[in-house]
Amino acid sequence: MTAAELIAFAAFEGGAYAQAFPAFGVERRGAPVQAFVRFSDAKIRLRSQVYEPDYIIVQDPTLIGDVDVFMGMKAGGIAIVNTEKPDFEASVPEGVKVYAIDATTIALEELGVPITNTTLMGAFAAATGEIQLEPLEHALRNRFSGSMADKNVRAAERAYNLIGGAV
Amino acid sequence: MLEFMEGSHAVAEIVKRCRPQVIAAYPITPQTHIVEDLAQMVANCELDAEYITVESEFSALSACLGASAAGSRVYSATTSQGLALMFEVCFNVAGMRQPIVMTIANRSLGAPLSIWNDQQDSISLRDSGWLQFYAEDNQEAVDLHMIAYKVCEDHDILLPAFVCFDGFILSHTYEPVALPGQEEVDAYLPAFTPYQRLDAEKPLSFGMYATPEYYTEFRYETDRALYRAKESFIKAGREFGEQFGRDYSALVEGYRLEDADTALVAMGSICGTAKDAIDEMRDAGKKVGLLKIRTYRPFPGPEIADALSGVSTVAVLDKNISLGGGGAVGTEVKAALYGSGAAVYDYIIALGGRDVRKRDVAAVVDLAEKGKGDMFYGLRTEVL
Repeated sequence: MTAAELIAFAAFEGGAYAQAFPAFGVERRGAPVQAFVRFSDAKIRLRSQVYEPDYIIVQDPTLIGDVDVFMGMKAGGIAIVNTEKPDFEASVPEGVKVYAIDATTIALEELGVPITNTTLMGAFAAATGEIQLEPLEHALRNRFSGSMADKNVRAAERAYNLIGGAV
Repeated sequence: MLEFMEGSHAVAEIVKRCRPQVIAAYPITPQTHIVEDLAQMVANCELDAEYITVESEFSALSACLGASAAGSRVYSATTSQGLALMFEVCFNVAGMRQPIVMTIANRSLGAPLSIWNDQQDSISLRDSGWLQFYAEDNQEAVDLHMIAYKVCEDHDILLPAFVCFDGFILSHTYEPVALPGQEEVDAYLPAFTPYQRLDAEKPLSFGMYATPEYYTEFRYETDRALYRAKESFIKAGREFGEQFGRDYSALVEGYRLEDADTALVAMGSICGTAKDAIDEMRDAGKKVGLLKIRTYRPFPGPEIADALSGVSTVAVLDKNISLGGGGAVGTEVKAALYGSGAAVYDYIIALGGRDVRKRDVAAVVDLAEKGKGDMFYGLRTEVL
């Protein structure tokens, strides 16, 4: 949910209308959870969950196989997958571009903990172009303070540059 | 200025700016974030209020009742089983005419246990004498709290109010909200002036015995006050519009109803999804609109009849069920439209957090236009 909230906040900071919400219920670290983000130029009234995402972020690669994480995606969609193994096996819908990134290692190096929200947010920004680096950094500094803010910005920027080189 | 925040936090922020003097609440999902935020605001001295920690919802509202009778502006928040535990006190608060405002983060009632959203909790208290306002989005939730205090504390009204917003769907959603500043809220909502209060110098009794010679008249007076609340709400909503640019002077609000053959009727966050669905149906040539009920109590029967005159088919989306009697809103809409000639159908939908998509709204419209209704929508027959 933190990643969804931060991405939506960054989109809002960038001038869009944004909405972020969890798949309500069992939100605890370790359990498979979903969170959703919408952004738009107009006010968002729709409240249903997202069934046909333009973009997905997979934070935990062990879900792939157990859960059809790509469900509902269409050609032109973009998936950002946190994985140490870029050659993971999955049935990706035709026309969906997958960016694999080892966000866990980046997070461990920059933050000292395997919490990948901010790293993946940087990757998302670079892969989709939906969020610019400046509002992204603003969102992170709004959420974190002091050295934690610096560390999270560094993690996001590393992922941004890594994916940015690949785009 | 729009700020991006969680619905619960937005509610806590506006409650703080309404300057309640006493808060008593018991945490329960999905209301928890609101009272956590308020407890923190009091602890941080950002909010000069007495925050009474209690061991149950029954005690929470009892403490609120006493504090209100003593002349304080009072706030509480709850949901679901918590509201059920307040049942007895709710009737006492209304009967003693105490203008308490309470947020309901709407949730289903057990059994079976469900933490997810529908509107069974507040609707089950419809006969208690509390005003009930329903928010479509977090902006409306914020604004309705200010309006609620204004209406409740009106000396011609003196009633409590639920401000209802859908649990999780609004309470846990982050979206842009314009939060009025403290000075703006103060300008709209002056300090509470009690009509009468507990005072050792001038003793009064509240909630006394009423013998058969008097009880009916107490009930009559309270009922009249609820009906007077319509005018008070319209006035407070108009003043709100003049100051903040968002008009709430309507008890019901139409969306694309002009020339509509079929109208949906709904309350709360489902209205947003319905509006998007209606835009798509309109693009496909269907003459469909929505009537949103903002004030469930007092029930705007004549206003509904007026707004829906000329509509031939009405589909009511009920996020509740009066077991053995149909959806609560649908039943009352049918009564309001009695004799109008419109075919009115009721759909029990979105119980216990079941998601509603645009295509579900369109499917309900199709069912109504085929004359099929008064039913549960989307039953999973394979598990029956």
